[in-house]
Amino acid sequence: MKTALKVLLGSIAAALAWPAAALNVFTCEPEWAALAQELGGDKVSVFSATTAQQDPHRLEAKPSLIARIRNAELLICSGSELEIGWLPLLFTQGGNDAIQPGSPGYVEASQYVVKLEVPKVIDRALGDIHPAGNPHIHLDPRNIAKVGEVITARLSDIDAPNAAYYRSRADEFNKRWDQAMQKWRQEAQPLKGMPIVVYHKDMSYFINWASMREAGSLEPKPGIPPTPTHLAELVERMKRSPAKAVVYSPYNNPGAAQFLSQRANIPIVPLPFTVGGSPKAKDLFGLFDDTIERLLAVNK
Amino acid sequence: MHRIWLCAVALAMALPAAQAQESLPQMREELKKLQQRIEELEGRVKDAESTATQAAAQASSRPQAESALNPGVSVILNGVYANLSRDPKTYRLNGFVPTMQDVAPPTRGFSLGESEVAFMANIDHMFRGTLIGSISPDNDTIGVEEGYIQTIGLSHGFTIKAGRFFSAIGYQNQIHAHAWDFTDAPLAMRVFLGGQLNEDGIQFRWVAPTSLYWDMGTEVGRGRAFPASLSDSGKNGARSLNFFTHVGGDIGESIAWQTGLSHFRTNPSDRRFDTTDGLGNAITDSFSGTSRLWVASGILKWSPNGNPTYNNLKLQGEYFRRKEEGSLVFDSAGAALASGLSSRQSGWYAQGVYQFMPLWRAGYRYDRLDSGTVKIDTATSGLTAAAFPILAGYKPHKHSVMVDWSPSEFSRIRLQYARDYSRMGEPDNQVFLQYIVSLGAHGAHTF
Repeated sequence: MKTALKVLLGSIAAALAWPAAALNVFTCEPEWAALAQELGGDKVSVFSATTAQQDPHRLEAKPSLIARIRNAELLICSGSELEIGWLPLLFTQGGNDAIQPGSPGYVEASQYVVKLEVPKVIDRALGDIHPAGNPHIHLDPRNIAKVGEVITARLSDIDAPNAAYYRSRADEFNKRWDQAMQKWRQEAQPLKGMPIVVYHKDMSYFINWASMREAGSLEPKPGIPPTPTHLAELVERMKRSPAKAVVYSPYNNPGAAQFLSQRANIPIVPLPFTVGGSPKAKDLFGLFDDTIERLLAVNK
Repeated sequence: MHRIWLCAVALAMALPAAQAQESLPQMREELKKLQQRIEELEGRVKDAESTATQAAAQASSRPQAESALNPGVSVILNGVYANLSRDPKTYRLNGFVPTMQDVAPPTRGFSLGESEVAFMANIDHMFRGTLIGSISPDNDTIGVEEGYIQTIGLSHGFTIKAGRFFSAIGYQNQIHAHAWDFTDAPLAMRVFLGGQLNEDGIQFRWVAPTSLYWDMGTEVGRGRAFPASLSDSGKNGARSLNFFTHVGGDIGESIAWQTGLSHFRTNPSDRRFDTTDGLGNAITDSFSGTSRLWVASGILKWSPNGNPTYNNLKLQGEYFRRKEEGSLVFDSAGAALASGLSSRQSGWYAQGVYQFMPLWRAGYRYDRLDSGTVKIDTATSGLTAAAFPILAGYKPHKHSVMVDWSPSEFSRIRLQYARDYSRMGEPDNQVFLQYIVSLGAHGAHTF
């Protein structure tokens, strides 16, 4: 009876208690989860609020996320208003001072890189623009390295006893990442100047890194779903100067991309966009390998 | 850049000599190697340039003016065209004590709904402040819908809110009307909460450290609005108490859910309401006693892979149950005859809203109230139950269907049709055409 009670109490305690051993890292997007995992190894327990199939801008402050953020010790999000529809609520409802903006447990990744498409005119008639610039910063591999340094510093700050461990993991990661970046730079040479049509303005950093050219977007304005008139215009434009590919991310509906692909006779390329977005994009290395590979395949 | 030029110059100088000595394929090989080298260098230069611009950008992006610390401001505008088969001035919910707050449909024809102005910002590392004013268009008054501070600097799952805020009773009560899925409040909210209950008080809330979401909390308030006394009773202390708890989580990636239970307690004294007596004369009755309300709620949201952009479904329902005991005074300003009152009443609604294509949603809501058992002890007053015609047994119900179109996250246009059986024997056909837009800071909405 006593042991049964002990087992019962033990299992209740186990169910209630968060695993205290590893540092709880809450990330808004899968790319930061993958990066935190690379840098934190087995000293961290990483959670991503979104999957590659979810648009990080359109999430809701779900109860499961409040439960997660309550126990978080480090938070990593893209920021620049990408998560503005739900993250502020998690801050006020989670009852956790460790990850509030301004505290060491808060990392807004986009603050540490040069942002593209910072609007000169801020007017919602131009679509759902982000005043601080395009928040989808992770598709430039140089930005991953920059944010990685910030994460390492914060991990060492929050979990000081393991600082040496984080530093050695970071050095090892940086080495592999530098080699990978050199390789990608080589591989991506042929993509230079390649015109592509994007779905949403979420590929801008990759386009910039690879010196490609954005020949149009399926959304008439950022955040506004494709309309028939806009698609018809795009088809006309593609007839005059065809793009090499029309690309979309896992959270986009391929319908509009297929329409343009068929009408304008342009290959359609689903890109992983983030970690988990394709079978090959298992980690950050796979993400860039697969993205470059898929684009090279249609760049003839 | 210099190194690229040097390479090019070296290449040009080497060319004539090479022509003499080497064969063409070898030269091509050399050229290719040099080209690769140049490209690699270009890449490095670009990387270096981006670091430099980054430093410059960060140096210059620092806000200069003190206006940089202005709070976030957002404005909600909302307008309705209402076509009603019955005059909203005659609106009542038969079987229930009137709440004396504006629960009637909007006026016939075009009307500007309440406009909202919201200011919010973090105050410091401990507090966040929110002020939401509502401007009522017809009587030109500005009301404080919510005005509160809340902690952001506490840990272990605790938050404290103080000021005026929408009570965490049930589910929809905490959500601002502009974020509702239908133009008007469910009947149950109108009859048990006087439309929407905002209290002056303090809320304590704790989120448990579980992987399943679980919170519990309590609110102590002044009791400024129905179901408490509407007038100031002049007493110290808490005159309304609310206890609440929610449990929620995900089922796979596609489903998120939440259930809640809350219990609201207040002891109204001289809570007056305007009504008519058995002969149709306008009088004011009043109630003093105890009021206990239980609310159970459930919400389930579905979207394929948890991505609501294209299709999503939201199911929502709440069940209200109230017990009131005390004395009911007939014609408190005149005859003032007191009878004993004991009532057990309930009501519920269930609704579903489906986004069938991007931007477009359709929904249906069913409302039902049950006046339940109302015992009026007329032994001391010598009256009969006929003196309180509004309390005669009835089960108000209502069907509502709506379709709305949201061209962006910031605007919505809605068409709603309802057949409302709030008034006994007088069904009302209601058509609403409504716009709701938000300007300014990007809002964030609760689950």
